[in-house]
Amino acid sequence: MSDVPPRLTVRELTKSFGTYRAVDAVTLDLEPGEFFCLLGPSGCGKSTLLRLIAGFERPTSGQIRLGDQDLTGLPPHRRPVNMMFQSYALFPHMSVAGNIGYGLKDMGRTAAAVRVAELLRLVRLEGFGERRPETLSGGQRQRVALARALAREPQLLLLDEPLGALDRGLREETQGELRTIQRRLGTAFVVVTHDPEEAMMLADRIGVMEAGRLVQVAPPIALYRRPVNRYVAGLLGDVNLLPGRLGPDAAGEVRTVETPHGIVQGRTTSLAEGTPVVVAVRPEDLVLGAQGLPATVTEATFLGDRLRRTLRLPDGSFLRASGPPAEGDPPAGSETRVAFSADAAAIFPA
Amino acid sequence: MTWVTRTALVVGLGFLYAPIVVLIGYSFNASPLVTVWGGFSTRWYATLLADAPLLASAWVSLEVAILASLIATLLGTLAALVLERQRRFRGRALFTGLVLGPIVMPEVMIGLSLLLMFIGIGLDRGMLTIVIAHATFCTGFVAVVVAARLRGLDRSLEEAAADLGAPPLRVLTTITLPLLAPAVIAGALLAFTLSLDDLVIASFVSGPGSTTLPMRLYSRVRLGVNPEINAASTLLVGLVSVVVLVSSWLTARRGGA
Repeated sequence: MSDVPPRLTVRELTKSFGTYRAVDAVTLDLEPGEFFCLLGPSGCGKSTLLRLIAGFERPTSGQIRLGDQDLTGLPPHRRPVNMMFQSYALFPHMSVAGNIGYGLKDMGRTAAAVRVAELLRLVRLEGFGERRPETLSGGQRQRVALARALAREPQLLLLDEPLGALDRGLREETQGELRTIQRRLGTAFVVVTHDPEEAMMLADRIGVMEAGRLVQVAPPIALYRRPVNRYVAGLLGDVNLLPGRLGPDAAGEVRTVETPHGIVQGRTTSLAEGTPVVVAVRPEDLVLGAQGLPATVTEATFLGDRLRRTLRLPDGSFLRASGPPAEGDPPAGSETRVAFSADAAAIFPA
Repeated sequence: MTWVTRTALVVGLGFLYAPIVVLIGYSFNASPLVTVWGGFSTRWYATLLADAPLLASAWVSLEVAILASLIATLLGTLAALVLERQRRFRGRALFTGLVLGPIVMPEVMIGLSLLLMFIGIGLDRGMLTIVIAHATFCTGFVAVVVAARLRGLDRSLEEAAADLGAPPLRVLTTITLPLLAPAVIAGALLAFTLSLDDLVIASFVSGPGSTTLPMRLYSRVRLGVNPEINAASTLLVGLVSVVVLVSSWLTARRGGA
């Protein structure tokens, strides 16, 4: 591809079913060639958003553009976007080659056959062209579905839980493969998944959806370090939540928070003083020592590479800490203090 | 199987099929008296093949059944597609009722209303009117069979085809219809047997020279049952059984490949 592929822009996209808003005012910009994951539990609207982009659902309001082209009113067969279905949706009455070549009708027979052979090579299924989908294994079907979706060189590929039907070992292998293919082709991928680990492994950026809204869009590390709410914080792994009240305005993003146990620091963007907030800290960012909030070690579990501790705060709530084990660590039952750096703590409204 | 269920099965099946077995048995009766067994013979089948009016009626029935089932299949399949694949539209429930109505409507009523309509528009009664009448009441049956399969058909297959650039007509001809084929053929065969069996509606709308086989048999029986009728009926039962078996085999088959 010589010229830069166009970017997808979604503006205030809403899809209502009756009074229920499956997708609620979603705005999203996709970088060209980006691997983007839509993450969220089932029913959060991520699949509906994908179907809106593919054209299977009509938006109630809002706009979908690809470069200069307005896709909003176009039927699916006129969109330069292809989709890989969760169930793969392979045509049972056609061979593997017939499936992959289905979208290449305008190409001419010879050119289409060449392209099908090329795609079979891409997904490592040479020699499977004449087989029927029902004779293939789950992993092979998944690759046929991927090849078929890529056949028309889409400017954007949508993948609905592409690894959902595979078992664990195969899934990890396929994740790597999917990334490799995406990098090689430079096509933007939008993957829908409910598995945070999968999203973190695959994506350049992750968009977290909750109840139809896109609540945060960020690269995996930023999402892990700077969640914007309790839901995102809990989604990507273990997290400690300390309720408190936001202290006075200060220069920069670092602010103080008054908790019942003492003052702590963390990062946040514009929030008014006195706002009830939650401070989110990952277990590996808690430091035990002479400074910080008073706590009691109630449990210490040695896990080889790290030590997991449970700490009790004076009000009876618990914190989980995890870190490399060292000599002289406070044993279970001892009094200690727990602290964390302001950079490791995200503050968001309670 | 306990003796209770075994007995229930024998009694039940006997209740359903004993008359037909008797009919088939007597069709091989050498005696011209219907109820007296005179030894095995196939003479009535020979008589049957020489019976010109009866054969003519058989041809009428076959032609009507073929034409009517073709029309009913086309209309029924279209109706099923509208019922299952169209977005919600005003009057959908009414449309469903109208398509499926003839299934539950008394045949006498269908026959009578069609007769009145044909007279009203001045259409001479004959084979054409029987074909129209049969297509009318068979369409609903075809629609039911095809709609059932369409409901079980994974919608994402059609979406995938559209996604790959196929306009709606290409989706229909290359994906939907090939996958529906077993149901469409089953529906056609069902329509064929329904048309072949029909006596009541045909009686209303037939004209001179367009007597169907069931009508011919019925009129003969009114003059007294003779073994030749048994032979004709046996053949009819045989044909219908084969068609129904093929039809149910097609309906039961999954995957459609």
